[in-house]
Amino acid sequence: MNLNLNHNLNLNHSLNLDPNLNLNLDHTQNHSTPYGVYILVWLGLLTLTAITVTVAGIDLGNYTLFIALTIAAIKSYLVITIFMHIKYEEAIFKVFLLVSGMTLLIIFVLTFVDFSYR
Amino acid sequence: MAHNEHTAATEQHVHRDDVGARMGMWLFLFTEILLFGGMFLVYAVYRYQYPDQFLLAGMELNTTIGAINTIILITSSLTVALSIAALQKDNKFLSILMLVITIFFAFLFMVNKYFEWTAKIDHGIYPGSEQMLEKQNGEILFFGLYYIMTGLHGLHIIIGIVILSVILMFIVKDKITSTNLVKLENSGLYWHLVDLIWIFLFPLFYLIQ
Amino acid sequence: MVNGIDSAKTKSFYEEGTTKKSSGLASWLFSTDHKRIGLMYLVTISVFFCVGAIFGILMRLELMSPGETIMKAETYNSFFTLHGVIMIFLFIIPGIPAVFGNFFLPLQIGAKDVAFPRINLLSYWIYIIGASLVLLSLLIPGGAIDTGWTFYIPYSVRSGSNISLAIFAAFVLGFSSILTGLNFITTVHRMRAPGMTWFRMPLFVWATYATAWIQIIATPVIAITILLVILERFFGVGIFDPALGGDPILFQHMFWIYSHPAVYIMILPAMGVVSEIIPTFARRTIFGYKAIAMSSLAIAFVGYLVWAHHMFTSGMSDTARWIFSLLTFIVALPSGVKVFNWVATMYKGSIDPKPPFLWVMSFIVLFSIGGLTGLVVGSLATDIHLHDTYFVVAHFHYVMFGGTGTIFFAALYYWFPKMFGKMYNIKVASLGVLFFFISFNLLYFPKFILGYMGMPRRYYDYLPQFADLQLISTIGSWLMGLTLILIITNIVSAIIKGKKSEENPWGGVTLEWHTSSPPPLENFEVIPEVKHEPYDFSQLEEMKHGS
Repeated sequence: MNLNLNHNLNLNHSLNLDPNLNLNLDHTQNHSTPYGVYILVWLGLLTLTAITVTVAGIDLGNYTLFIALTIAAIKSYLVITIFMHIKYEEAIFKVFLLVSGMTLLIIFVLTFVDFSYR
Repeated sequence: MAHNEHTAATEQHVHRDDVGARMGMWLFLFTEILLFGGMFLVYAVYRYQYPDQFLLAGMELNTTIGAINTIILITSSLTVALSIAALQKDNKFLSILMLVITIFFAFLFMVNKYFEWTAKIDHGIYPGSEQMLEKQNGEILFFGLYYIMTGLHGLHIIIGIVILSVILMFIVKDKITSTNLVKLENSGLYWHLVDLIWIFLFPLFYLIQ
Repeated sequence: MVNGIDSAKTKSFYEEGTTKKSSGLASWLFSTDHKRIGLMYLVTISVFFCVGAIFGILMRLELMSPGETIMKAETYNSFFTLHGVIMIFLFIIPGIPAVFGNFFLPLQIGAKDVAFPRINLLSYWIYIIGASLVLLSLLIPGGAIDTGWTFYIPYSVRSGSNISLAIFAAFVLGFSSILTGLNFITTVHRMRAPGMTWFRMPLFVWATYATAWIQIIATPVIAITILLVILERFFGVGIFDPALGGDPILFQHMFWIYSHPAVYIMILPAMGVVSEIIPTFARRTIFGYKAIAMSSLAIAFVGYLVWAHHMFTSGMSDTARWIFSLLTFIVALPSGVKVFNWVATMYKGSIDPKPPFLWVMSFIVLFSIGGLTGLVVGSLATDIHLHDTYFVVAHFHYVMFGGTGTIFFAALYYWFPKMFGKMYNIKVASLGVLFFFISFNLLYFPKFILGYMGMPRRYYDYLPQFADLQLISTIGSWLMGLTLILIITNIVSAIIKGKKSEENPWGGVTLEWHTSSPPPLENFEVIPEVKHEPYDFSQLEEMKHGS
């Protein structure tokens, strides 16, 4: 696992000690998460849903949207890290996720450079 | 040593790389994220331009149905994760059971969606209707986005049902087993993504009050 | 690493396929071999290039003199739209990645195939479906699409021509592009041969890798935009149509969020090919390897920051206009890094001016003109004058045709002996480059002047003072047509009856030259172990002794 990890991030000239990318050292990567963890995450997601529905009923002005999106972000963090196993994947997967997330963010920010200054 | 191993693999002719398969799946999921991201961008711009009319239109949506569907999807996300974990532990029965429950929840979601949409359409709220054209611009845009975004999400649910059913058959027939479950894992990833998108659709459409 | 393969013994990929029968049409159409898929793309894409070129030549013929020359105004509208749609979506976006990326990316990193061979075949089929839909939209009643390849709102919602079908075709083609990109990224991450570290990868691989990221991250945005326009046309959903409260400028944002990065999908792989050809023909390792590799990633990234420079006159906010103009200038930096490093590579090299190298020389001149005029239109003040004139048309033809188009030929001429095991007529090929360069400038340079004088693009008719330059440009288009015939005939006749080529006629040292020409089904007899930098020509002796 660690060897593979090094591999993808190894951006220097030195001879790579584990050059064999074609072979995945362990085919299945059995890092089975206990059922309990999933159920805990599920309970967390349900609680967050309850919170977001309750908060939406209260008038908080501009903060309503902010709070709703923050809760949605926390929920997606839980889903991505635990349910989607990104926690256990190689580091490069996290880099990928960051790249696409940043791209989306850039697109939003630059589009609003136009619309918020109209 | 590595080299010898490699020649062995070459002779086998079968190239199997589960990490690679998952990598491909994630790359595909990014395209989905960007696809919906584009729609969220349209939503954001129009909500910014017509904040009050979006509030007004959002009142018409049924928060209860939205919340129920949220719970359904979150739970189905749990069951598909459990299905993978069960198969990893070689518990074929539990895996199948969990997958069946997932598919059942997916149907339930669509049934709810059906009632929600038909109720709206009965009230004359659909693109191009007379009642719709009388509304203000911001409201027209809101409902247009509502139909397209939840509709496209619903389409993903239907595709998910098909994929999960095929995977279910594979598990039953032992074509997917504890030592070879990357297809199940990838379908799980897809299903979680559908959940993920709903996590954002729900507050943006149903919780504007 | 040593080329110890006796080609007489090895079956090439032509003789051995992935299907049951190794020859016949089905053995190609259902082959998952990346080399066969690359060749199928080559044939299909070349056909569409010719179709697009014919539309272009007919347009030029219409513009030979003011007023109606050979067609009605409506036909002309359809022609420039089709020329754009075909050239962009069917030729230049898939062009180099789908043909040469498919064929050479696995070879260059020492892999047996791409990571997902069946998805690779699927992406070819999706391309064919998309291409057929484009052609179908021409033939069915309703009229060919007439909006320009940018299909701007609101005209694209209101026009009665077959827009939905044509843009749905673009949606389908996008899928093909995504699948190719996904395949390449996974291949580069997971399939490199032993010893092939990131900084030993040939620069074409780096460029294709960066391109693949753009394909993945940008294409979905155009997909959803197209989908929204189609839904708007069919169901009257209010999204972009101003009559329903929509914002047409938002459409332009969405369109260019994809289409600007798509410009880098078109040019980056071409830059990668240049970085391959120059070291081989200068017999010198590339100057600034890391700088070139990183500049590919930098171009891919910066490409996301500049899209709205296509919209300076659209009515977006002033703040956005100057910010995007400023950001646009950043693109010149990584592009400049590349050009200077290429030129520095040639310095004191032992240059062998064979046709591929000549193509690259032509590229550097044409691309530099195209790139520098890009700064002219990228700067806000001058763009107000030049926007939507022939100046812009000239600029992007210099970049796209003079850049990517030229390199498409360069790549074909460079890798031809590897792909087919044969050799074309070198003299004719060299003459072809010369004729290309002359007719290209005759065809497009007058457009810079015309644009500066105020000739708007996409116009059917023009004022008498533009007539001379328009005529010169049209004559250029005839010469270009003849040159293309010469170039293509040379290739086709070499495929049919060309002489057998040496295994490594140019003396290249990247991995594709370490196997036989044409390569065997799984590329290498033994997966090579990489011990050298990619452009280390000291290997050449070793390779010769090996064979």
